[in-house]
Amino acid sequence: MAMSDLTVGFIYVGAKDDFGYNQAHAEGAAAVKALSGVKVIEEENVPETVDVQNTMESMINFDGATLLFPTSFGYFNPHILEIAPKHEDIRFQHCGGLWSADQHPGNVGSYFGYIGMGQYLNGVAAGHASKSKKIGFVAAKPIPQVLLNINAFLLGARSVDPTITCQVIFTGEWSLAVKEAEATNALADQGCDVITCHVDGPKVVMETAAGRDAFVCGYHANQSPLAPEKYLTGAEWNWAEVYTSMIKTVQSGGAVDNFVRGGLQDGFIKMSPLGPAVSDTARNQFEATKAEIMKGGFKVISGPMKDNKGNMIASAGESFAEDDIALESMDYLVEGVLGSTS
Amino acid sequence: MTDTTTASFAPRHAYLALWLPRIEAVVIPLAALISGLLVFSLFLLALGKSPVEFYSLIYKAGFSSGFSWKNTLSRVAPLLFAALCVALPARLGLVVIGGEGAIVLGGLAAGITGAMLIGAPAGIAMLMMVLMSALVGALWIGGVGWMRVKRGVNETIASLLMAYIGIALLNHFVEGPFRDPASLNKPSTAQLPDALRVGDMPIGIEVHWGFGAGVVACILCWFILDKTTIGFAARITGQNIRAAQVQALPVGRLIIGFTAAGGALAALAGFFEVSAIHGAANGSLIAGYGYTGILISFLARHNPLAIIPVAILLAGFEASSGLIQRRMDLPDATILVLQGIVFVILLLSETLYGRLAIFRPSYWRV
Amino acid sequence: MSDPADIGLWGVPLAMLGGAIRVSTPFLFVSLGECLTERSGRMNLGLEGTLIFGAMAGYAAAYHSGSAWFGVLAAGFAGMWFGLFHGWVCRFKGVNDIAMGIALMLLGMGLAFFFGKPYIQPVAPDLPAISLGWWSDIPQVEAALRVNVLFIIGAVLALAMAWMFRATRIGLKVRVVGDSTAAARAIGFNPDLVRLWSTAAGGALAGVGGAYLSLYYPGSWNEGISSGQGLMAIALVIFARWNPINCFWAALLFGGAGALGPALQSVGVSSGYYLFFAAPYILTLILLIATSSPDRALKGAPSELSITK
Repeated sequence: MAMSDLTVGFIYVGAKDDFGYNQAHAEGAAAVKALSGVKVIEEENVPETVDVQNTMESMINFDGATLLFPTSFGYFNPHILEIAPKHEDIRFQHCGGLWSADQHPGNVGSYFGYIGMGQYLNGVAAGHASKSKKIGFVAAKPIPQVLLNINAFLLGARSVDPTITCQVIFTGEWSLAVKEAEATNALADQGCDVITCHVDGPKVVMETAAGRDAFVCGYHANQSPLAPEKYLTGAEWNWAEVYTSMIKTVQSGGAVDNFVRGGLQDGFIKMSPLGPAVSDTARNQFEATKAEIMKGGFKVISGPMKDNKGNMIASAGESFAEDDIALESMDYLVEGVLGSTS
Repeated sequence: MTDTTTASFAPRHAYLALWLPRIEAVVIPLAALISGLLVFSLFLLALGKSPVEFYSLIYKAGFSSGFSWKNTLSRVAPLLFAALCVALPARLGLVVIGGEGAIVLGGLAAGITGAMLIGAPAGIAMLMMVLMSALVGALWIGGVGWMRVKRGVNETIASLLMAYIGIALLNHFVEGPFRDPASLNKPSTAQLPDALRVGDMPIGIEVHWGFGAGVVACILCWFILDKTTIGFAARITGQNIRAAQVQALPVGRLIIGFTAAGGALAALAGFFEVSAIHGAANGSLIAGYGYTGILISFLARHNPLAIIPVAILLAGFEASSGLIQRRMDLPDATILVLQGIVFVILLLSETLYGRLAIFRPSYWRV
Repeated sequence: MSDPADIGLWGVPLAMLGGAIRVSTPFLFVSLGECLTERSGRMNLGLEGTLIFGAMAGYAAAYHSGSAWFGVLAAGFAGMWFGLFHGWVCRFKGVNDIAMGIALMLLGMGLAFFFGKPYIQPVAPDLPAISLGWWSDIPQVEAALRVNVLFIIGAVLALAMAWMFRATRIGLKVRVVGDSTAAARAIGFNPDLVRLWSTAAGGALAGVGGAYLSLYYPGSWNEGISSGQGLMAIALVIFARWNPINCFWAALLFGGAGALGPALQSVGVSSGYYLFFAAPYILTLILLIATSSPDRALKGAPSELSITK
């Protein structure tokens, strides 16, 4: 009886079958639904306005939710921070926020994964597949999470061939189909022959790039059905794993940490199975790098390294590992990335 | 016919002539609203869903308890201002559909002004935020009116184009020159201190002052439109622009003034979003309130007083969207379908005005 | 396919050409549809909703039937019903066509999102493209000149519609009805009927424009598929002074300007991209101001049109 009392609410900023960010979370929620003693409630297309505040309170007041997963980054400040202090017995688990004990309520937690390492592995596959030595990245906005992905993608490719460059195009919006398609075409026009992205729903980028005969690397979720021949691999969230373990902790009366981070080795992220276009050499280096990352503490940025404006970002001997909190406020693009942060 | 019968009939006739149109103006929209809800019930029945459950969920989520009223009323403020931005120019016969641009730029102006005045006396800083916000909105939509007067540019298209440009400017400034470096994954202007945040009204539920200000703005606009000579001149212009010109009414100044006022009001929606909700200007200002405002103003037949209940009703629909998704397993677009159907039927009902004998004084002269 | 050539800055004009061809088709179809509707004296702001519903209906029909062309037909058919409804209700006295258009925009979007949920994931067949760049051995040129059949149909339709207005009896009917209801009645035309079918045809064209979005470019169905193309296309009609040929050029110009932002970033002009993204709107506004004048406010406008009265 007491077990069945746990009602968990998931809130998504877009459609939960977008082949991307929201689908990744919805797949996690689907795994939670399969657990016994849990009732899952969901709401999609909730904007980052007073709407989400009302949605959270509505789930609490009308459905008796005691654990909420508002999954969009923009839900954190001010919305969760506004609502959480009014409901001290409710737990708010937020994806991506930088929770700190001295600034934020104790019933709020934040979790995120080192998906940049997945983009590094994407880069390794891309580096082998690229003949033009130019790879492309369709990005939404120049924010730390996106910049880290772009940098990691290039650095992964440069671990194969240090002459590779990565062209980035920002679309300015998290979801804007026509602009994403135009950006992909512009990359292909400039000769980029492997393309990945960081937008909410990668479907359009994958299909357009494959249509231009470029290879693609996925992001957020597995997009291989969209371009089976051209799909190399993809950096996927593994929220099913993360959410089920969090729910089990709560069910057994334990406390989930307020600040949770994890990588490939913790099962927070996973890689799509390698596609048919990946060569054996590529496969070998991909697996070797993956094994290296699985050890934990992978040094994604290691000096000496400059950004693409010539400023030193890591001097010789200095390095930033995947779990370095400094990476979560990244504001540069590394040397070799063609594009600017503003 | 003797004098006495005429005398006893005249006040009765005047009474009917005064009140019948008013009754008509309430009965027809109400009947249309109910018909719309009935048609939507058929839609639900065709899908095998229960209309009774649907409407009781709307009542529960939007209007039944303290929380549900908060759920509804906390959404109303920007809708009121956005609708006024349509209703004021509409009085002159202009169709302005780009209020969204004034909302986002008004919010941006408030955010930047507040960030620059951190440390100044709170009262002055807050006043400056309001003024700068209103000024930017007035220039933006007033500019549309100016282009109409000076160049004959169609205001509907111009305002739509300006809305897209305004959104681009907001994104540019929020992610570029005015970005607070501390706003990591959600680019924003600098966080406003508590002193520059608008609080809740003392009415027992958490609804910020934007709601009160919006209601006052609607009443003021109604007063100006219905009770002053400016409003009278505007109505003449709206009915026949050439006649207004012949009567030497300042048509150009009226157009620029009304569009500017509408823009200033829409910008206040942005100010309240920034100061009461977000605490900084950012991309969340682009929430489509401007477009919902068009809907509300047309439903209210551009009558500022009617805007208030219509906005509350629409907000109540939206407040129930989540519960309907969760309880009835219907998609979030269900509320959009409901709004569409109700809107279509309400507009259709306009054809009934003056046609029903029951609302004519002659019908009652038995 | 040969290796991509290094075309550097040539990428910008090429991308604008390619973008003009790729992006313009929905604008072209919606603006031609609205052009016809408005020439008969009726506004239909609801075409944005019709476009989105057409995108959904076309995608769903193509997915179930396995034929993209069947999808186009279904989209046009669905669009026609929206047009018929609008044309029918607007004939009643007191019904405002602008407001009704906004209402139908909302209803079209609502119904499209409502019934479109199950089609976000499946992959429907794409419309075929004709390669007009076979003469070039530069792959970028080939890609830019990969032209969809609907684009060509749209171009032919623009010519046909211009001819229809100028030289046919149907065109004359539409123009007379658009210019004066009373005159039309006097010479025995039925204005309501002409407007009904002009609006229905306009809706059908907007539906086809939607099918282009979901079945060719970007080629998938989701709720963000249209970013206001339908509304902008209506604006382009006034910009094009109700001339079908001008609608074609306006759609091309708007599409090409939209490709400017991504193309400039790809050659290294990367700051202020939001402002480049706004280029089509800024350009249209400037051209609108330049070509308007207070004296001849709306030259070429049908005088029965509600916005010009």
